[in-house]
Amino acid sequence: MKTEKLQKIRQRIWRDRRLYMFLLLPLLNLIIFDYIPMGGLIIAFKDYSARKGIWGSPWVGLDNFIKFFNSYECWRLIRNTLVLSVYTIVATFPIPIIFALMINSIRNERFKKLTQTIVNLPHFISTTVLVGILMNVLNSRSGFYGILGELITGEYPPDLFGSPQAFRHLYVWSGVWQGFGWGSIIYTAALSSVDPELHEAAQIDGASRLQRIIHVDLPCIAPTIIIRLIMRLGDVMSVGFEKVYLMQNSLNLEASRIISTYVYSVGLASSGHSDLSYATAIGMFNSVINLILIVSVNKIARRVSETSLW
Amino acid sequence: MSKLSTMKSKKRVRTGTNDKIFYTICYVIIALLSIAVLYPIIYVVSASMSSANALTAGKVWFLPVDFSLEGYKAVLKYKNIYIGYRNTIFYTVVGTLINVSMTMICAYPMSRKNLFARGPIMFLFSFTMLFGGGMVPNYLLMKKLHFINTIWVMLIPGCMSVYNMIVARTFIQTNIPGELLESAQLDGCNDTVYFFKMVLPLSKAILAVLTLWYAVGHWNSYFKAFIYLTDKNLYPLQIFLRDILISSQISADLNDPEIAEQLRTIQMTLKYAMIIVSTVPLYVFYPFAQKYFAKGVMVGSVKG
Repeated sequence: MKTEKLQKIRQRIWRDRRLYMFLLLPLLNLIIFDYIPMGGLIIAFKDYSARKGIWGSPWVGLDNFIKFFNSYECWRLIRNTLVLSVYTIVATFPIPIIFALMINSIRNERFKKLTQTIVNLPHFISTTVLVGILMNVLNSRSGFYGILGELITGEYPPDLFGSPQAFRHLYVWSGVWQGFGWGSIIYTAALSSVDPELHEAAQIDGASRLQRIIHVDLPCIAPTIIIRLIMRLGDVMSVGFEKVYLMQNSLNLEASRIISTYVYSVGLASSGHSDLSYATAIGMFNSVINLILIVSVNKIARRVSETSLW
Repeated sequence: MSKLSTMKSKKRVRTGTNDKIFYTICYVIIALLSIAVLYPIIYVVSASMSSANALTAGKVWFLPVDFSLEGYKAVLKYKNIYIGYRNTIFYTVVGTLINVSMTMICAYPMSRKNLFARGPIMFLFSFTMLFGGGMVPNYLLMKKLHFINTIWVMLIPGCMSVYNMIVARTFIQTNIPGELLESAQLDGCNDTVYFFKMVLPLSKAILAVLTLWYAVGHWNSYFKAFIYLTDKNLYPLQIFLRDILISSQISADLNDPEIAEQLRTIQMTLKYAMIIVSTVPLYVFYPFAQKYFAKGVMVGSVKG
């Protein structure tokens, strides 16, 4: 019985041998560049030194994690990361939906096309260039902001990039500027598949356009919204390194030092006295929290709304 | 009966005016948002084409003032721009070629529902979207492989995005009918031949989407070069951009003090010109890209 089953599996594999050949390179790539680094996480539990190598370095158990939780930086890092992330979600999540609903209800096709083309423009700008534009246009002396401020008040306005208070607003709203148009595409796509008969029926019942948005359009794109929200909430602890790092300077560190930039500055930036094990532990703590978050958000979503990622 | 019809018509008139207000609000908000997006872009373009004096005197608000291309001339004198451009083009072309090939050879077998162990393999791929080794273990691996300060680090690691692979797989599943495979198999066509003769020619749309996604990613990528490269001759454009736009290290590599002084005075125009020079190539493809990008987003939104 068992051998028969095995025989069958062997037959199927042999039949599809060419397909497995196709998978060979991607799988190799996956193992080397994704799973081996995951294995490398063991140095979080060791006192790694380059001289002794990963295997030769002594085990230290959870010392690196305990050191992190007891450190003065720990809670500020977690707080900064969370605040920045939650603020980003609150600002960037609803705007594309509202924009898509509005643009979908407009009937002038040329206006629609034109505005969509415009709002999609910033999506292709690189993070470096975005931050570059931000820093130069908002420079408190030579930028648009400085010149305008001087014109109105007669003196240079306060510097925005050296201010921890301004950092979060700059980060989030430049993100909104760059991303809301692009983010709305998925919703306009979902809205285009709404059955027009639903709208007609609602119209006959005397529903206004706004009422139809709330009672027809919104329920139709609800699954898309939920999927996006799960993905977003699961990412709440992973704030991208690049943009924060590029916007960071010694004056705004109080708000701009987040987990990923801290991992970099502990592990890779300070060559010579960098603490690789400690940096790995902090990064791993972050990834584990992320994993737990996305799995649980997905579970809750599945129970509440029957829509989930997997 | 007549009462009912008057009621109905009344209602229609009322909702009509309500709708009119609503539509007006929509138009106004959308127009304002578009202006808010467009204005900084226009400002940057205009600033790059204005004279340094007009810019620092605060005369540039909308269109270029005192039209001049001195910013662009200064950019062209800057040697690093050529190095950056050359490297970025190389990474983009070769990298995208590797990315797209990898994605397709992976998406094709994964699109076959009766492949043995398809579920577990898919899980192995998907899991990397949720969890990873992180910055330090990756760095140590690159060191071990002697990838640091080589072009390979820019091309090989992570050369397939799992998300893109799933999009491509979904595309193959939904756009290439299963009957085609059956009839091809009856004609004695094996899986390799089927891939090159059938799947690839029928996947032009998704190939375009993938090419654009990956190419824009390479063009704009900064992180990898920042972490793994220290050799200036291998730097992509984005690293030089950071030095100039954000760290303001313009004159660091200039030996000629005269040029250095000249650069200082036109610093702002130079920066704006730099932004344009580095971003324009992306917008050459924009009309084309917009269509295909949007298509890709839609394919990606199909769950499966």
